[in-house]
Amino acid sequence: MSGYAGGLDVPGAIGPAVLDRLLPMHLRIAADGTILGSGPTLVQMCGGERLDGMSVFDVLELRRPGAAADMPALMALAGQRLTLALRVAPDHPLRGVVAALPRGGGALLDVSLGPGFARAVTHFGLTISDFSPCDQTVELLYLQEANAAIGRLSRQLTERISIARATAERQALTDPLTGLANRRAMDAELSRLLADPEARLSLLHIDLDFFKQVNDTRGHAAGDRVLLAVADVLREEMRRMDLAARVGGDEFLVILRETVASDALAAAAARLIRRIETPVAFEGALCRVSASIGIATTDAYDHRPTADRLIADTDAALYRAKEAGRARFAIHGEAPPARPPSRAG
Amino acid sequence: MHGMINCALQGFLTAQYGPALWREVRDLARLPEEGFEAMERYDDALTLACFEAATEVLQKHPNALLEDIGIHLVTHPELEPLRRLLRFGGATFAEFLLSLEEMPDRARLAIPDLEMPEITLTAAGIGEFRIDLRWALPGIAPILGGVLSAMADDYGALAVMRLDGVRDGLETLSVKVVDVEFSAGRAFSLGGAQA
Repeated sequence: MSGYAGGLDVPGAIGPAVLDRLLPMHLRIAADGTILGSGPTLVQMCGGERLDGMSVFDVLELRRPGAAADMPALMALAGQRLTLALRVAPDHPLRGVVAALPRGGGALLDVSLGPGFARAVTHFGLTISDFSPCDQTVELLYLQEANAAIGRLSRQLTERISIARATAERQALTDPLTGLANRRAMDAELSRLLADPEARLSLLHIDLDFFKQVNDTRGHAAGDRVLLAVADVLREEMRRMDLAARVGGDEFLVILRETVASDALAAAAARLIRRIETPVAFEGALCRVSASIGIATTDAYDHRPTADRLIADTDAALYRAKEAGRARFAIHGEAPPARPPSRAG
Repeated sequence: MHGMINCALQGFLTAQYGPALWREVRDLARLPEEGFEAMERYDDALTLACFEAATEVLQKHPNALLEDIGIHLVTHPELEPLRRLLRFGGATFAEFLLSLEEMPDRARLAIPDLEMPEITLTAAGIGEFRIDLRWALPGIAPILGGVLSAMADDYGALAVMRLDGVRDGLETLSVKVVDVEFSAGRAFSLGGAQA
């Protein structure tokens, strides 16, 4: 091919084979915009068909710094950083630069993948050999994959740490035997609710009766079984917004929200005592306990009570209930301690 | 030693010999109960203790175990990201070998504080190379030997490795590439990780 692209075949000049190896994504363009030759990688990106003889403007679309539809417009952009796209792959913007060849010999346009390189490599199915050894795109891909792998490890570590933290927090707020809340969780919830002036609640202090006898005569395993049964009763009687905690060997605190009327509290306390009195089977024997309950409610105070005050008043009510005999409940500010009505039948 | 290296050792023992063996090694070497963490650093002595416990429990020659570790790093499905990163070293096994000296820099691109061996590659005849290695711990040559034979399989090349001894902490490994297109090898596409 004589007179080829401004004397590219002149001895000592850069021939097409050299260009193909050095710039595998280039186009050699005649002065009228006809493609005279193209790098093998660019050919593959265009679908593998030879591009020679086509107009450069039918193969690619100039986008930045501006469109160019003819050679004068294209050559006005010589030397600038171009954004362009192949007509066959408009979603994959490429980077480019164009330079005029001497003596009216047309132009040389070189292309690289630009920041969308990872998507583009997949889309065009490129391999290591499709890039010039001096092109850092392969290193960028390497780095991107390495980053992704390290990122996965970091995420896994973060996940393990947050699971461990959640477990530790749960353990810190849970009574290990019964799975109920512990004293710390109860204190936090009580403080939280008392800080909210809209929250109405009653606090129940439940103390088991005859628990010591079960422990002494049938052993600690029997005692534990009774505590688990009591915990089940509390869980079944509580609503989602309520909270039950084991705060001592056989002592429980319960927050009942929105239940503040005396008759409703009396009914709840009576039901709890009755259910706790249900005998618990353990190794062929029946363990029987009951419960005394002291109750204080936020509605009974002129000013919002503190948590300490509320707890002290449930303690006092519990003491009155115990004094009056077992299996009773007492409400702070109300007298006298009541015994739940006998079970029907 | 970087936790990544300790984790690789733990991962190898667990994957190849099961969690019970790992617990035995862990207890014998007095390693942390929860095992190694890839993002932490550990005393070199802990890495050595772990490896020595493994050779004792498994009754295996250290070099054989080290070579198995190298093979595991390239072939285990869970370590596919690592195999892919290694394949970026070159389009062919020969190119990969010639890029070995770049491997420490490549590794540090991913993990800047990872202890990588010093690697010197010397041509020693047609298709033959001598690789001199120096690392923080002994045993890098058999590990790399395992990595290289697995990578040769990966590229579909046939290569023979030979351990050529240790002198003043410098370990030497010889590689002879017998056939660069021995088999089809395993697939590697540049964009494969996105697919």
